[in-house]
Amino acid sequence: MNKFKTLGLGILISFFLTISSNADSIRIGTEGAYPPWNSKDASGNLIGFEVELANELCKIMKAECTIVEQDWDGMIPALLMRKFDAIMAGMSITAERQKTITFSQGYADEVASLAVMKGSNLEGMDTPEGINLSLGGSDVKKALKTLTGVLAGKTVCVQTATIHQNFLDSGDVGSVNVRTYKTQDEVNLDLASGRCDAALAAAVAFTDYADKSGKPVVLVGPTFSGGAFGNGVGVGIRQGGDDAIGKRDAKLLKDFNKAIDKARKQGIISKLAIKHFGFDASM
Amino acid sequence: MIGSFPKLLSATVITLKLLSLSLFFGLFIGLLFAILRMSKNPIINKFAYGYSYVFRGTPLLVQIFIIYFGLGQIEYLRSTFLWVILKEPYWCAVIAFALNTGAYTSEILRSAFQTIKPGLIEAGKSLGIPNKVIFYKIQIPIAIKQSLPAYGNEIILMLKGTSLASTVTLMDLTGVAKYIISTTFKPIEVFIVAGGIYLFMTFCVHNFIKFLEKKYGFQT
Repeated sequence: MNKFKTLGLGILISFFLTISSNADSIRIGTEGAYPPWNSKDASGNLIGFEVELANELCKIMKAECTIVEQDWDGMIPALLMRKFDAIMAGMSITAERQKTITFSQGYADEVASLAVMKGSNLEGMDTPEGINLSLGGSDVKKALKTLTGVLAGKTVCVQTATIHQNFLDSGDVGSVNVRTYKTQDEVNLDLASGRCDAALAAAVAFTDYADKSGKPVVLVGPTFSGGAFGNGVGVGIRQGGDDAIGKRDAKLLKDFNKAIDKARKQGIISKLAIKHFGFDASM
Repeated sequence: MIGSFPKLLSATVITLKLLSLSLFFGLFIGLLFAILRMSKNPIINKFAYGYSYVFRGTPLLVQIFIIYFGLGQIEYLRSTFLWVILKEPYWCAVIAFALNTGAYTSEILRSAFQTIKPGLIEAGKSLGIPNKVIFYKIQIPIAIKQSLPAYGNEIILMLKGTSLASTVTLMDLTGVAKYIISTTFKPIEVFIVAGGIYLFMTFCVHNFIKFLEKKYGFQT
């Protein structure tokens, strides 16, 4: 019996030691399922734009970093529960999220777009090339009206808890039949199978899928930015407070902002963006 | 938080619909395969055994994924009439659940049939009752009574299993709970409420089965 007690105690102690040994490093949460922002290679290692950028930012901050994987739909709750200290997961800075967490300055920006399978009757929409919902104006109104007409009664697929879902739920394009998925991979699968009439996500998410799978996925309609689509992608961090952890979070925000400034000046962000997106998505 | 309660309740309706449809089809599948399992023909017997072995030996989540995402990848299937059904996540979930619960039900019923005392069947035969009538009027009623406790368990397991429907985009109780969390970022509160609703449904099922057990007795 005593042997068991010692063994149990030993396991317990080593458990706490592993936790405390990580206390000083920064843990960064990412999804690992949203290429080219972040994804996994065949052997399960996290790769992608944000994984490399996170390592560069940590080098600049001279901090030890661990990148942690977390499902997208639990990303913000996990941050709030201190499973990690920062989110770098292609998360756009939106007013809705800023009610709960805070963001660093944006490090990259990328437009959203609708995608369909080649041969769909949604191809060849008469809309401008891109619309910025924050700017408004008659062009935007006209484009949204066209979209409302074309998408009426159609099933549009999105990843859950994204800006894309928020936009469709907002009613700007009328009452489309929104279907939500846990990951973008699943959205792509159902777009290809024909269960979705169209899908909405970051334009690169579709072009990346089309390239890798060889499926005839094509972008249609205008590209979207502003409004529900937020103001670029930034590092998500807990809102600071007066206690020790709150102060640490506030300092972390400052550190990230400085590091992003530096990385931008040195051209690191642009270089990584071109490598992963094929164009300069840095901001 | 209180505002999200009606949303969860209306999602409960979808959960109950999924459950009742799956159990309805599952019971027929289970009965059919229980009879096949008792067949003396080795091919039919092995086939029924294989079905229950595969569906009881793999996770329900994997079964749903194979039926929903897996079958959706087969291009040929998309050009057949089957696609009308398989295109809908709702029917994919019902098919997966019914096949899964059918496998368990077939085992429950088979063991119930096999525990019927031979004397009861012999008594029927000595009265000159035809075999068919013995099966419908003696074996099936006794088997159903025998299997009530185990089948009640299966209903409860299936009730909780329906939460996997949310993985194929269905907005059942779990799906709506996840959706509310994605806008409120309050997982603990929402999941506790959703868990409470599941617990209440289990409570009802449990007591209903208990009532049936009492009413129809266990004496055979």
